[in-house]
Amino acid sequence: MTLVLAQATTDALPDNVGYVAAAYLVFFALVLVYVVIMASKLARFERELAELNDLADERRGGLAGAREREPEEAGTR
Amino acid sequence: MLYGTRLRALSIATLITMTAAFGLAFFYAPMDADQGFMQKIFYVHVPMAMVALGGFVFGGIMAIQHLRTGDPKHDLRSYVAIHLSLILGVGVLVTGAIWAKASWGHWWVWDEPTLVSFLIVFLLYATYQPMRFSIEDRERQARYASVFAIVAGAFVPLNFLAVRLAQAYTHPRVFATADGGLPAKMQLAFLVSLAGMALLYVTLWRYEMASKHTSAQLRALRRKLSGDDAVTPVGRTAAPSLPTT
Repeated sequence: MTLVLAQATTDALPDNVGYVAAAYLVFFALVLVYVVIMASKLARFERELAELNDLADERRGGLAGAREREPEEAGTR
Repeated sequence: MLYGTRLRALSIATLITMTAAFGLAFFYAPMDADQGFMQKIFYVHVPMAMVALGGFVFGGIMAIQHLRTGDPKHDLRSYVAIHLSLILGVGVLVTGAIWAKASWGHWWVWDEPTLVSFLIVFLLYATYQPMRFSIEDRERQARYASVFAIVAGAFVPLNFLAVRLAQAYTHPRVFATADGGLPAKMQLAFLVSLAGMALLYVTLWRYEMASKHTSAQLRALRRKLSGDDAVTPVGRTAAPSLPTT
C-alpha cells in the first residue's frame, strides 16, 4: 500500500518526455527563426527609410536655397 | 490592400489560441492509453501538417487567380503561401521523425504511405523556388510558377487520401479511426490546436506580404526621390517583384 501511494505521488516525469519536448522545441525554434528574419528585414526597412528621409531633407534644402537665390538674381538683372 | 492592417489583433489572437491549444493538450486532454505521453506530439505535428498542405492548396488557388487576371499580386500571394508551407513542412518532417523514433524506434519508416507521400509533396514543392530562380524573364517566371503551383496543388489532396486508403497501420491512428475517432476532450484540444496553427499561418503570411509590399514601396519612393539610376536593379531572384511605380 505504501509503495502504491509513493508511485501515485511521484514527481517523476512521464516516459518519452524528451521526445515530446524536442518536437515542441522544433516548432518554437522554427517560429523564432522566422521572427528573427522578419526583425532583420524590419531593421533594413528602418535604415532605408532614414536614408530616404535624409535625401528628402537634402532636396528640400536645395529647393529652398534655389528659391532664395531667384529674387537676388532677378534684382541684379 | 494594406497587409499590415489588423496585424496586431491577428497576432494577439494567434498567441491566445496557441497558448490555449497547448494548455488544453497538456492539461485537459487525457493521456492516450496506447501511446501515453508521447501522443502529445500529435497536437503540434498533425495541425502543422494539415495547415502546410492547406497552404499549398491556397498557393494553387492564388496561382489560378494569377493566370486568370495576370495581376502580379496573386503570384506574390501564391509564392508567399508556398514559401510558408515549405517552412511548416520542415517542421512536420522533423516532428514526425521524432514521433516515429519515440513510437517505433526508427526515425523514418519507408513502407509507411503517409510519411512517404508527405515527403514526396514536400520534395515536389522544394523544387518550386529553384525553378523560379532558373527563369530570368520575370513574366515567364510568374506564369510557369503559377502552372507549377496549380498542378502541384491538385496533387496535395492525394496525400490526405493516402492516409485514409493506407492499409498499413504502422502510422499512429489517433484521429477519426473506425473505432469512433478521438475522445471529446482530445478532439477539442486538437481543434483548438488546428485553429491556432491556421491563425499562425495567416499571421505569418500577412507579415511576409506586408514586408514585400513595404520593400516595393521603398523602392518606388527611392525612384521618385533620386530617379531610376539610384535604384539598383533587383537582379535574378526567385521572389516575385511587384510593380514599383
